[in-house]
Amino acid sequence: MDGDTNAIARHSISLYVANKPGVLIRVALVFSRRGFNIDSLVVSETQDPRFSRMNIVARGGRETLEQILKQLNKLVDVIHARDYSYEDVIQKELALIKIDCLPERRHEAFQVMEAFKAKTIDLAEGTLAAEVTGSSEKLDAFESLLRPFGIREMVRSGKLLMARGNETT
Amino acid sequence: MGDTRLNGAEALVEIMIEEGVEYVFGLPGGSAIPIYDALVGRNVKLVLTRHEQGAVHMADGYARATGRVGVALVTSGPGATNTVTGLFTALMDSVPLVVVCGQMPSWTLGLDAFQEADVSGITYPCVKHSYLVKDVEDIPRVMREAFYLARSGRPGPVLIDMPKDISGARLSDMGKVDFHLPGYSVPLEGDSSSIAEAARLIKAARRPVLLVGHGAAIAGASIEVRELVERMRMPAVSTLLGKGLLPESHELSLGMLGMHGTAYANKAMVACDLVMSVGSRWDDRIVGSYSDFCKGAVKIHIDIDPAEIDKVVKVDVGIVGDAKAVLAQLLPLLEPGDTEDWVKQVARWRRDYPLSYRKEGKVRAQHVIEELRALAGGEAVFTTDVGQHQMWAAQFVGSEESRNWISSGGAGTMGFGLPAAIGAQLGRPGARVVAIVGDGGFQMTLSELATMRNLKLPVKIVVINNHYLGMVRQWQSMFYDERYSGVDLEGNPDFARLAEAYGVKGYRITRPADVRRVLKAALEHDGPVLVDAEVEKHDNVFPMIPAGASLKDMLLEPPKRKLEKPTGGT
Ligand SMILES: Cc1ncc(C[n+]2csc(CCOP(=O)(O)OP(=O)(O)O)c2C)c(N)n1
Ligand SMILES: [Mg+2]
Repeated sequence: MDGDTNAIARHSISLYVANKPGVLIRVALVFSRRGFNIDSLVVSETQDPRFSRMNIVARGGRETLEQILKQLNKLVDVIHARDYSYEDVIQKELALIKIDCLPERRHEAFQVMEAFKAKTIDLAEGTLAAEVTGSSEKLDAFESLLRPFGIREMVRSGKLLMARGNETT
Repeated sequence: MGDTRLNGAEALVEIMIEEGVEYVFGLPGGSAIPIYDALVGRNVKLVLTRHEQGAVHMADGYARATGRVGVALVTSGPGATNTVTGLFTALMDSVPLVVVCGQMPSWTLGLDAFQEADVSGITYPCVKHSYLVKDVEDIPRVMREAFYLARSGRPGPVLIDMPKDISGARLSDMGKVDFHLPGYSVPLEGDSSSIAEAARLIKAARRPVLLVGHGAAIAGASIEVRELVERMRMPAVSTLLGKGLLPESHELSLGMLGMHGTAYANKAMVACDLVMSVGSRWDDRIVGSYSDFCKGAVKIHIDIDPAEIDKVVKVDVGIVGDAKAVLAQLLPLLEPGDTEDWVKQVARWRRDYPLSYRKEGKVRAQHVIEELRALAGGEAVFTTDVGQHQMWAAQFVGSEESRNWISSGGAGTMGFGLPAAIGAQLGRPGARVVAIVGDGGFQMTLSELATMRNLKLPVKIVVINNHYLGMVRQWQSMFYDERYSGVDLEGNPDFARLAEAYGVKGYRITRPADVRRVLKAALEHDGPVLVDAEVEKHDNVFPMIPAGASLKDMLLEPPKRKLEKPTGGT
């Protein structure tokens, strides 16, 4: 496989899986065996207790990803696995970011937060914690604007996906 | 009055019987005792092996020789970990197995109890699917699913981890077992427009080749393959595991292709203008260099596993479906093309580049194998280990029927030959079963001589004894300046006497003049036999395509010049 057809990219994958122990490992092994690094992974309940949803963002070659999707779909416990990287779907992520912030810089921080519709969720003498939701790219931008304050801690939920309108994910 | 409800172990055996299981191969231990207990007096024969690897390979040999699901039963911890090589071997070659592992009681899981191992975790990459049973009521369904998954679609091994408290608990009701696997589907017929496209391309081809793989054999597509080959006058090559699906004596069969395939098969691959694979996964052993493989030829791929299409070789038409069903759809659309020149060309190659070997001097492995095939006949079942003897067997054991050729392909597992032969002989009691094994590989599982002897199985073992890990020595001799490292099997026992110690009749071949006489006597002996064939130590297998090289760079004989180290894997 040459470099071009297997160019490295970031992929957003949604899986609908049986809600059973071991499924997560089986899925993770499909990625790790092929050297794919998983950037984020969200496992959650669905409307049907028999099934779970997994949203995975991973980075790796496009061709390798195609093989990964086929191998995921082969797993008996995977109902379906799809790549939504190139589709228009609802995408949301949530981040909590705690920055260094002395009272005299709060105003400046609030301005940035307002531009991103972020909420203050904790305010202490030298720190401020903000909550922001939106696309992963928006969260990246928010993070970079807060960086000059000094980021103490950050946690992100990982990307959630849902198909639009009558489509099911 | 005692409780008359079945316990989990009894339910498990009950389903085995309903599934038609004849033999269970294994070796017990504390965690498996309830299941062994449930086998007592039941209509399933237990074969006590000497090692769990042997048990899984026996189940595997049984499955390959019969087309039925092979079953193994082992205990927790080391019993289960000893099955890993067998599971991997079966997964790589798509062999249907159900392997039940006793497990420590559920409440000890994860607590490092004695012989408690994370069996699921250890085996995930080596199984088609697996279960850890946590409720006795699940046993009937899990067993049904396991057999169904093992045999359907692309077959493979399924593992069931069965804690002792669960196998010992009472089941309220066997009931009617239903299961629903929403994430699993079995393709049957192929997409009709792709099939029509394939038909058009085949008709237009002047130099087509059919590549027959194990999938065609698993699907039982021998009639369809034969009809295709004859109607289209389309020469066929086979993978190691596709051998015999089209009888190798057939005028249009070119035998095995690839690294140690026939020169004429490989020449046909280089020159063809169309190749259609039926149930082969374009393994690196047959393709050599992916970028050079059948360059310019149209490629069609029929496979039941969608993940195989475009996996390593990009194809013009991919058809997902059962090989037999898809060929049945394809055949009515085909009209003979014009391939007569091609068929003649291929016949000339076959005449000009036959398989050959030097006959002078010491006993030649090829001589032993060729004679063995002639004496044993076309109906005999052959199993092999892995190494030079395996490749010589692939070359010189012309196979007339795919179930008669049993070899570890994808995994290349040394030590497979003897246990596989035991399983095959049990599954096909009327057949003559011959195991061609290496002196290295045989020593990995030879403890199963005891199993074979106890069952009085008339398996004929032929040890191709070159006192070397010959295939590795071949690589070191060709690509590593004869710097032999870790290949000398110094201290081999006297295999014939070793066999005698197990109660197996032992023979020896030391001179070319012995070959025919001794093999004949061995085959005529009605009982288990081992023949120790002392062969030339330094022979190498040819033709050879160095790993990763193009098929056109095939070596027909030992090269005069020093070779570069191969780019491909082992
Ligand atoms: C379990 C295992 N270990 C190592 C290998 C690597 N290997 C491939 S062929 C071979 C030599 C086998 O020697 P022998 O059984 O004597 O057969 P020969 O090649 O001499 O015919 C080895 C070590 C293997 N295939 N399987
Ligand atoms: Mg040897």
